[in-house]
Amino acid sequence: MALRESATFGRGVIDDIQRAAETGVYDIRGWGAKRAVPHFDDLLFLGASMSRYPLEGYRERCDTDVVLGDRNARYPLHLQTPVTIAGMSFGALSAQAKEALGRGASEVGTSTTTGDGGMTPEERGQSKHLVYQYLPSRYGMNLADLRKADAIEVVLGQGAKPGGGGMLLGQKISDRVAEMRTLPAGIDQRSACRHPDWTGPDDLAIKILELREITDWEKPVYVKVGATRTYYDVKLAVAAGADVVVVDGMQGGTAATQDVFIEHVGIPTLAAIPQAAQALQELGLHRKVQLIVSGGIRSGADVAKAMALGADAVAIGTAALIALGDNSPRYAAEYEALGSAAGMYDDFQDGRDPAGITTQDPELSARLDPVEGGRRLANYLRVLTLEAQTIARACGKAHLRHLEPEDLVALTVEAAAMARVPLAGTTWIPGVKSHA
Amino acid sequence: MESMTFDLSTTTVRALNAELHDPSVKSYEVLHPEGAHAVAAGIDSGVAVDVHGHVGYYCAGMNDGGSVTVHGNAATGLAENMMSGTVRITGDASQSAGATAHGGLLVIEGSASMRCGISMKGVDIVVGGSVGPMSAFMAQAGRLVICGDAGDGLGDSIYEARLYVRGRVGELGADCVEKEMRDEHRAELAELLAAAGLEHDVTEFRRYGSARRLYHFTSEHSGSY
Ligand SMILES: Cc1cc2nc3c(=O)[nH]c(=O)nc-3n(C[C@H](O)[C@H](O)[C@H](O)COP(=O)(O)O)c2cc1C
Repeated sequence: MALRESATFGRGVIDDIQRAAETGVYDIRGWGAKRAVPHFDDLLFLGASMSRYPLEGYRERCDTDVVLGDRNARYPLHLQTPVTIAGMSFGALSAQAKEALGRGASEVGTSTTTGDGGMTPEERGQSKHLVYQYLPSRYGMNLADLRKADAIEVVLGQGAKPGGGGMLLGQKISDRVAEMRTLPAGIDQRSACRHPDWTGPDDLAIKILELREITDWEKPVYVKVGATRTYYDVKLAVAAGADVVVVDGMQGGTAATQDVFIEHVGIPTLAAIPQAAQALQELGLHRKVQLIVSGGIRSGADVAKAMALGADAVAIGTAALIALGDNSPRYAAEYEALGSAAGMYDDFQDGRDPAGITTQDPELSARLDPVEGGRRLANYLRVLTLEAQTIARACGKAHLRHLEPEDLVALTVEAAAMARVPLAGTTWIPGVKSHA
Repeated sequence: MESMTFDLSTTTVRALNAELHDPSVKSYEVLHPEGAHAVAAGIDSGVAVDVHGHVGYYCAGMNDGGSVTVHGNAATGLAENMMSGTVRITGDASQSAGATAHGGLLVIEGSASMRCGISMKGVDIVVGGSVGPMSAFMAQAGRLVICGDAGDGLGDSIYEARLYVRGRVGELGADCVEKEMRDEHRAELAELLAAAGLEHDVTEFRRYGSARRLYHFTSEHSGSY
């Protein structure tokens, strides 16, 4: 008789149980959710033909710029492409990687973002538009850097771990990282999951007021949430005064989080966008308070789909690291020596990244040339933008922002229900009353 | 002109803060704050500000060098994330006073509510009265002096901050322990009390700090995380 693997207790599950039994600790890792969830791959565009008119591929303009945070700030951000770089901390990433992100983003006129751990001079110096994260830990938070920022992002959560705080394991707490965080070097560092000086949306409104007062109403204030009760969270963030809302779906990357958290908490990006767009529309503020979406953005098609569902811009984390060289087959032998493989490496918490990106080791991080890394990232960002433009023109749009849900259909019933677009070839949107 | 007066019953906090960020004189009087939020937030020079009345949230927030005195009480987040300078309040402070502050001196002549000194990163805080529960939660660095009592959960998950308490202490937070008061501790405590202008016998205080048992994750401490 053929051998039969259990669907409930598969080999992966058996591995997990045995690992837990051996070590007595849960698995902490980087990357994002690895399970399959309904995603942008389950959507398709309806190109124009008779009923809609396409734009000429290489002749007619399709603009890509976006203004972020013009509701209250004297100096909103004006980006040339709606693809931004998500917040990733110095500490999680090497100083070289941070600098490369700044260089690549600046080359194509988009923004980059600090992370849990403060602002480094390398990053500020190389980033034309730098968003400064305001996190519960307030590591490295200071008045001078706040005033150097181009925008402030109040972080309530991340898609990889909505409701969770941060952690940076001791092997990555180098002297420089420790000093920036005012902590002893080498300890396993926890960061809080709740802000220390405000609780709930009414307090957040006052906190945002304070940040505006401190920075003389110059800078846009973003609020970032992990996708869970997105409809309500977006409404509350806007009520608290957010100029921009960042929604990070459950596939979003992380530097170090419990595997159980990554895989089991939060909702897919696809399900979160329509909720966020609906909340903004009901407030009469869609496109006035901008929506940035992240979590699993890989291609220009993903960018276009997120925007068609209502995003004004997207943010990328994992894909940006891959563009820098993360998981490259070039390091196959070294990944194997670490018990991993090129294409599967997710031990960002471990600090031994052969690609020199998620490490504080001086030798490893020296492998990443920030200029070359920046060039690669800029190339990748250009490709994303060109791809999104290609699709937008085919849909007859002279600006990426003009993409709309009516341009989309879904391949599966699940995706149709989550994205609130019809199942391909039908008028059926599960859960939405048909007017046809 | 030596000093400038802002009457918040006739002018705005915005006008006050704009002036304080680009000061034309060295000292300021603020009248009728009536609980306004973010009063004197974001000072980055050595100006002196006297606020006559009660203030709302985040008074002197992120202060970097200013000397702010509040003749009254303060709501949540007094001197949050202060970098340097001095903030003094003659009355009581609400929750999260001195939260995440990196430097400077915060003196609360009355009492402080919950989470005083939460996540503090180098500030010195001296409280004339008592503090509420969960004070010095995850306190990383700096010194917190409490001349009255401390509520439950003092110093939970504390890192390297040093805590001095004269009165009763409720249940200590995870990984916070009483530590020996040596000469150097009595000396630094005397200095802090003198800086705050408070007179107490340093031998009446006890010292608390981190047992450093939670510095590395292990499942044996799962009950404490
Ligand atoms: C290495 C790494 C470090 C991160 N650090 C932070 C952080 O400090 N603060 C934060 O809000 N999000 C952080 N994130 C999450 C990203 O900001 C973003 O939400 C996520 O990566 C987007 O999903 P994607 O990776 O699928 O593009 C981090 C992600 C990665 C991969």
